[in-house]
Amino acid sequence: MTDDVVAQAIPAAPAEAAIPPFEPVVLAFTCNWCSYRAADLAGTARTKYPPNVRLVRLMCSGRLDPTFVLKAFASGADGVLMTGCWPADCHYRVQNVKALRRFELLHRVLEQLGIEPERFQRFYASAAEGSQLAAAFTRMIEDVRPLGPLGWGRVPAVAPEDLPTGEAEGGAAEPAALEAVGA
Amino acid sequence: MSANGKHRFAMYWAAACGGCDISVINLHEAILDLADHFDIVFWPAIMDAKYADVEAMPDGWIDLTLFSGGIRNTENAEVARLLRRKSATLVAFGSCANEGCIPGLANLTTTTDLLDTVYEGPTMDNPDHVRPASSTMVPEGELHLPAMNRLLQTLDQVVEVDYRVPGCPPETERIAEVLGLLGAALDGKATLPVHGSVLGAGQSTVCDECRRDRGIKRIAQFGRLHELPPLDPSLCLLEQSVPCNGPATRSGCGAKCPLAGASCIGCYGPADGVVDFGARLLSAFASVVDASEPDEIDRILDGLPDPVGQFYRFSLAGSLLRGSREVRTGATSATASAPATATARTLATAGAGR
Amino acid sequence: MTRLTIDPITRLEGHGKIEIFLDDQGDVERTYFQVPELRGFESFCVGRPVEEMPTLTNRICGVCPEAHHLAAAKAADAVYGVDPPRPAKLLRELLYCAFFVTDHTTHFYALGGPDVIVGPDAPIADRNILGVIRKVGLEFGSRVIETRRGGHRVIELIGGRRIHPCTSVPGGLTKGITPDERDEIEGIARSMLDFAGVSLDTFDQVMTDGPTRELVLGDLFRHETYYAGLVDEGGRVALYDGRISVVAPDGESLGTYAPAEYRDWIAEHVEPWTYLTFPYLRKIGWKGFVDGKDSGVYCVGPLGRLNAATGMATPRAQEAYERYFATLAPAVEGRRRLVHQRGASHWARLIEMLYAAERMLELLADPEITSDDVRRVPTQPPTEGVGTVEAPRGTLTHHYWTDERGILTRVNLIVGTTNNHAPIAMSIDRAARGLIHAGVVVDNGLLDRIEMAFRSYDPCFGCATHSLPGHMPLEVTIRDVRGDTVDVLRRDD
Repeated sequence: MTDDVVAQAIPAAPAEAAIPPFEPVVLAFTCNWCSYRAADLAGTARTKYPPNVRLVRLMCSGRLDPTFVLKAFASGADGVLMTGCWPADCHYRVQNVKALRRFELLHRVLEQLGIEPERFQRFYASAAEGSQLAAAFTRMIEDVRPLGPLGWGRVPAVAPEDLPTGEAEGGAAEPAALEAVGA
Repeated sequence: MSANGKHRFAMYWAAACGGCDISVINLHEAILDLADHFDIVFWPAIMDAKYADVEAMPDGWIDLTLFSGGIRNTENAEVARLLRRKSATLVAFGSCANEGCIPGLANLTTTTDLLDTVYEGPTMDNPDHVRPASSTMVPEGELHLPAMNRLLQTLDQVVEVDYRVPGCPPETERIAEVLGLLGAALDGKATLPVHGSVLGAGQSTVCDECRRDRGIKRIAQFGRLHELPPLDPSLCLLEQSVPCNGPATRSGCGAKCPLAGASCIGCYGPADGVVDFGARLLSAFASVVDASEPDEIDRILDGLPDPVGQFYRFSLAGSLLRGSREVRTGATSATASAPATATARTLATAGAGR
Repeated sequence: MTRLTIDPITRLEGHGKIEIFLDDQGDVERTYFQVPELRGFESFCVGRPVEEMPTLTNRICGVCPEAHHLAAAKAADAVYGVDPPRPAKLLRELLYCAFFVTDHTTHFYALGGPDVIVGPDAPIADRNILGVIRKVGLEFGSRVIETRRGGHRVIELIGGRRIHPCTSVPGGLTKGITPDERDEIEGIARSMLDFAGVSLDTFDQVMTDGPTRELVLGDLFRHETYYAGLVDEGGRVALYDGRISVVAPDGESLGTYAPAEYRDWIAEHVEPWTYLTFPYLRKIGWKGFVDGKDSGVYCVGPLGRLNAATGMATPRAQEAYERYFATLAPAVEGRRRLVHQRGASHWARLIEMLYAAERMLELLADPEITSDDVRRVPTQPPTEGVGTVEAPRGTLTHHYWTDERGILTRVNLIVGTTNNHAPIAMSIDRAARGLIHAGVVVDNGLLDRIEMAFRSYDPCFGCATHSLPGHMPLEVTIRDVRGDTVDVLRRDD
């Protein structure tokens, strides 16, 4: 057998289809009094939503310290969804409004750091709005998927060789676990 | 301890401005006390350093090392590891070593962009687009330069740190306290502070030591100090609409800037219990915004033209995200680095209210 | 070819490196001075509001933050086209003069002074501030400390803090000073003036009886270059404000320019083997590391300022200025000559110290110095602006461009030490050529003298990149052609 024959017998690189498609991981913060129950309702009603949405229950969207969002991104989340009560319905009167202000300001920070606006979104859901919340989860995943992985945990790419940009060591060290965030 | 009963002291600067060293030198006569209690075995700022001697020292031989400066290049990292090995106690000294300080804002820019900006500047005569290179062949031989890291790092991202002294620079009086405390502890006359603790600063915030009067803050508009008419010298700056970083910044400096009519810029780093300085400050600013509707909130927030620069002026390198996505991951997005003007995104079907 | 690496830093100090290549005869072929660091302020300040520049850029250098603080404030004033009220300008200049006395004191007594006062042949243990104090006496030593303390007190009273002042904003200052504070500053200024006079006397003494005279004033470190510095309307040395005067090596004036015109005058040359650029005079051109009238290399700092000016604006300093030129470069047939000996920088520095102290008293005598009218609100949209002051180490220029909101879109900085980069490299080369010859044993004396070659410039690579002035420890590694180490010399041996 000639080299050519052997070479032709070697299979090409796996087709694109063989690489599993990117599935984003989205962290959804929920409020104990509304959106968490809505998610629960979606479950009992057997409403389908993507399995790659992970829920974190807080007592109120007002409890969502921006630190948690940053921690989520730094820990590898591709998107973060803040959910909570409709503006007038907060169990703690106006804490969800404060959450809204923080959301708006944090959004500006994230955008300046190069994180697309689609990766950090918010959604209101009362305890009765299970199907709406499930739909929102689905839309969030659809919004984030085309953006690809955020990749914050990845080791930075090697710089061009002729430039004095050397080791990136430590730059990609993993931050401590989410639980370490002050209560 | 040396044979003469003194403890061995070292101080070093990595990517720093030297202000930390000057602040120690400003101990004035008290620096002679330092010399009474410590043998200064290595301190490039004021004495002929014997760096080969540092390499020759047994591990843990230096009793106390104050390390200022961030880790910008391969050389900084190498020295950090060397001094960690040789020092029984290593102190991250000053804002650069603890949070990255102002030079940490370079983590918003790739090194390529940074070099392009510097070496294609308005006065550059650089038709061949020359850049510093890690290796250059000249007629006589080869010349080397240390390589810049992609990200500026804090000291504790490279080696373990025993204590932290915050400030840009740490105030001289606080330095005297720290050296007094650690000196006494080394003498066995005081207990060493808990490993990892912050020394030479308070636990609360700059607001707590600021003498300006505080009321209930409601801000209908953020202002920029130079654009405002004369301010009330006794009223909280933030209440007068001037962005002031006091609410998240650790106490210890004596609130010098706000008391001199300038806003706190956050050089003493995060107060106790704060994981991410910017996140805490952002929360504090958001809480004073006097609006509940998204459009009105947006209008007020437009008064903060550079959120990342405001919230992470000293602490970007030490923050949870450490830098922009492009620098951190090599990936780009359409919104990278320019201050955001776009509105926050809400999932399409969420009502504006009902 | 043999190669000498003088490396204060590779493994440890990290802020400057000298490579000397010898030819086959053992003579110097070429010397390279490398600055291995860059932080990139010009890049990451883009996107920041322009009013933050005075506090962002003072972090360029903790030794001379006042210079960056005020150059930034003046550039920001210019960006908004706002002229600060007169009291604000008086106060900024007062702060600046106090800083000059303080910084020159630090350099003369702690950094460069040991070479001059104690001498390079004294034991290493004495070649530091403690050795200086032994030589000048404990009582005088405590006055050195007192002067530095007083200077930082003035900086704190006007600038809000001792290091990294915070009170300058576009249009002026965030606060003025009270009459009590004025009186306190006056006491400090009087003591500084006295101290500056005594320092000049001390220098005189050292120069007349010391073996260091030849080292300081001799030809080993002589370069005939252009000189530049800020001057007032009378052509006299100015520190806070003025036009930049440029003179040729033969004393002819090349002209003066307003800070905003700096790009017509200054260009920067780039080499791939160092992070720091080499500014030169655009009109003359970059001809490499050579001196003379055809080379665009120029020198700034005390030596450059005194050469570029025609006098000092205060009486005692003027007297000292005249004596300085009469001693070092007496006029020939009525034609003014310049001082080219780099070691004379130490003397020039003390004359400036005297001037700054005298100027403080002038400013303090102004009735407006305690006025509350210290800030003017800009009325014009921000665009572009240049701010220049004389840093202790030379002309410092900040140039900003902003968008209509005052957000920086471009930044250009030409700092004191960077101006002197080519002359420093040349002085090191000169010292190496003067001291290393075929058959001459390379010893530690060589290291001392090479170190002196750059220390007279009071180089601050913190400004240029980041490291500090002062004692760069030296290590010479002698390598053969294959790069194998033949011998290692260290200063501390």
